[in-house]
Amino acid sequence: MTTLSDPPKQQFRLSMLLYDTRYRSATIQVLAMFGFMLLAAWLISNAAQNLAALGKPISFSFFTESASYDINQRLLEYDSRDTHLRAALIGLLNTLVVAVLGCITATIIGVFVGILRLSSNWLVARIMTVYVEIFRNVPVLLWIVFAMAILIESLPSPRDFRGEDPAATMDMFGTVAITNRGVYIPEPLFTNSLGNLHIFGDSSLRFDISLDLVAVLAVLAASIFAMRKVAARAARIQEETGVRPKTWYIQLGILFVPLLTLLVALGFYLGYPELKGFNFTGGTHLRNSLIALWLALSLYTAAFIAEIVRGGILAISHGQTEAAAALGLRSGRIMRLVVLPQAMRVIIPPMISNYLNLTKNSSLAIAVGYMDITGTLGGITMNQTGRELECVLLLMLVYLAISLCISSVMNWYNKRMKLVER
Amino acid sequence: MKKSVLFGALTVASLAAGAAAAGTLDDVKARGKLNCGVVTGLAGFGAPDANGEWKGFDVAICRAVAAAVLGDASAVEFVPTTGKTRFTALASGEIDLLARNTTWTFSRDVDLKFDFIGVNYYDGQGFLVPKELGVSSAKELDGATVCIQTGTTTELNLADFFRVNNISYEPVPIETNAEGQQQYLAGACDAYTTDASGLAATRAAFEDPSAHVILPEIISKEPLGPLVRHGDNNWGDVVRWTLNALITAEELGVTSTNVSEIASNTENPEIRRLLGTEGTLGEMLGLDNEWAKRAILAGGNYGEVFAQNIGETTPIGLARGLNAQWTDGGLLYAPPFR
Repeated sequence: MTTLSDPPKQQFRLSMLLYDTRYRSATIQVLAMFGFMLLAAWLISNAAQNLAALGKPISFSFFTESASYDINQRLLEYDSRDTHLRAALIGLLNTLVVAVLGCITATIIGVFVGILRLSSNWLVARIMTVYVEIFRNVPVLLWIVFAMAILIESLPSPRDFRGEDPAATMDMFGTVAITNRGVYIPEPLFTNSLGNLHIFGDSSLRFDISLDLVAVLAVLAASIFAMRKVAARAARIQEETGVRPKTWYIQLGILFVPLLTLLVALGFYLGYPELKGFNFTGGTHLRNSLIALWLALSLYTAAFIAEIVRGGILAISHGQTEAAAALGLRSGRIMRLVVLPQAMRVIIPPMISNYLNLTKNSSLAIAVGYMDITGTLGGITMNQTGRELECVLLLMLVYLAISLCISSVMNWYNKRMKLVER
Repeated sequence: MKKSVLFGALTVASLAAGAAAAGTLDDVKARGKLNCGVVTGLAGFGAPDANGEWKGFDVAICRAVAAAVLGDASAVEFVPTTGKTRFTALASGEIDLLARNTTWTFSRDVDLKFDFIGVNYYDGQGFLVPKELGVSSAKELDGATVCIQTGTTTELNLADFFRVNNISYEPVPIETNAEGQQQYLAGACDAYTTDASGLAATRAAFEDPSAHVILPEIISKEPLGPLVRHGDNNWGDVVRWTLNALITAEELGVTSTNVSEIASNTENPEIRRLLGTEGTLGEMLGLDNEWAKRAILAGGNYGEVFAQNIGETTPIGLARGLNAQWTDGGLLYAPPFR
């Protein structure tokens, strides 16, 4: 036994790196890493050398040059004299707009379809199955182009609204114009506007904040805070006395009175679209390209979300539903209060990847001429400046950053919804 | 993940740049085929016909170069490119020559590192509008929705034109001419703008061309020409002088029908040099002496190419105008073959 407790001291030899199983895996890993780094270094130096030989070393100076092109949908003020950087920013905002709108709509449609697919009504369940199968089995690019083609070909053009006996008329009591150039809806305007807050002066990243909007949001936030206070007080009284005081009229008052007062003070009114010259002017113009992209992306992604929701619901043991039914809950409330909250834990992780997919798929926007960041930075700017590598790398970074933001928000939400184990 | 993306992009760039470094003329000869970038489909300038054969004014340049270099006008691989993809395709070496109604501008020549080898069509940007709109001048287009191909010089001219005239417009960016046509015909845009020649070609494909007018304003200079990568001067010379040969042939009255006859019995020294019966111009280019003869035989001289594809007898119906020979008051003026 003593020989075992004191093994002979082994000299380390180089060959042990290969033949000794204790070291072999480390050797292989180190070699693989070296190989990978060599390959990477070769690629980078090759690219740098070739670009230098072409006379196009990597440079981002084009960002400060004037973009010289116009963008139709712009959330911030922009004209063709602004820089490429600002054009990219406008494009980024357009990407975010369609991504946010798409994610919200896709979630709503997806949850409804997912639940309805489990409906006991045969017809409803089958229709939803057909919807899911049609949408998720056809490439999203085709849906986008198809949606655009339908909008362009089937809706009347602004010309049709003209004349004594027009071929088309405005909808919703003459307030909304649906044309094949987009939908014009009334816009909120203020006669005693508080004006805008300019930020970043004259730089490419400058933007305005509407003080009217800030005021409205502040009043709303304050109202909601007060409403929660009232609700908390009502709950306290209920705990003490067993009787919940009637608060709904107080709540309604708190919500609407300050808001309406503010709107009246600001001189709120709606600006309606009207036909002037070639187009409708006034109102908010939701362009065809936005609508087609938004619609196609949401319907497509909703088909996947519906399956995730269905899977999540099916993952909850049927005993839960039966137990809730035994307590006397109706089926709608069982779904809302018992099944869905538990299903959320299964649903959220795959939902994240669908949000990411939708955001990345929005880069197909150019198919319908929607000027997202791929259309501005990765399209016109790249084309006019010839800086392919720089633009594509930046574009990748931008999408990476957006995706990581979505992931982190959703992961935070996922953690909040996770089953708290004690 | 970030890293792998970066390396992936670098790989593409380095492969692309690697391909661009070798001598294009040798590459083309070794390959036995000319890779020629053309438009995705614009009647008269470059479009496949009913048999799938590429035909058109720009396509003829590709065929002439292929005939001069390879001796076979059909040894061309046509690569359809959009306004957006064309420069990347050329810079990356995917194509040897871009003959796709591309405007010669300073920044494209100098900054994008291309060489325009000449002008094969002097054009200008115009507007196409439906007659029923009652518009007679582009300056009346205040507030109009204008369809525009993205990634083109016309996009920049349009922005400048409306800015200078202090009128507003709504641009509808589109990717290809076909999309523009669809949107325009459906009334999703009031006007369609591109080079006047392109407008004429587009209008010719309409069901009722007479219901549309091209407005009189030409808002820009658009010298359209074939281009090659910067730095390969030898290849640039081959393409430049092939185009010049077609133009000179028209000036000297050499056509595809009489070229063989003239080559053998003309006494005009310039024609003899052009067709290789005298001198060694072809060898100087790295080709044989009959290169220009083959280029002319491929589709005819400049005038024949023009007349066959876009001339007044075709549905496109373009007059020679600025594109007439300098002897007829036009701008075509090829340097002498000497």
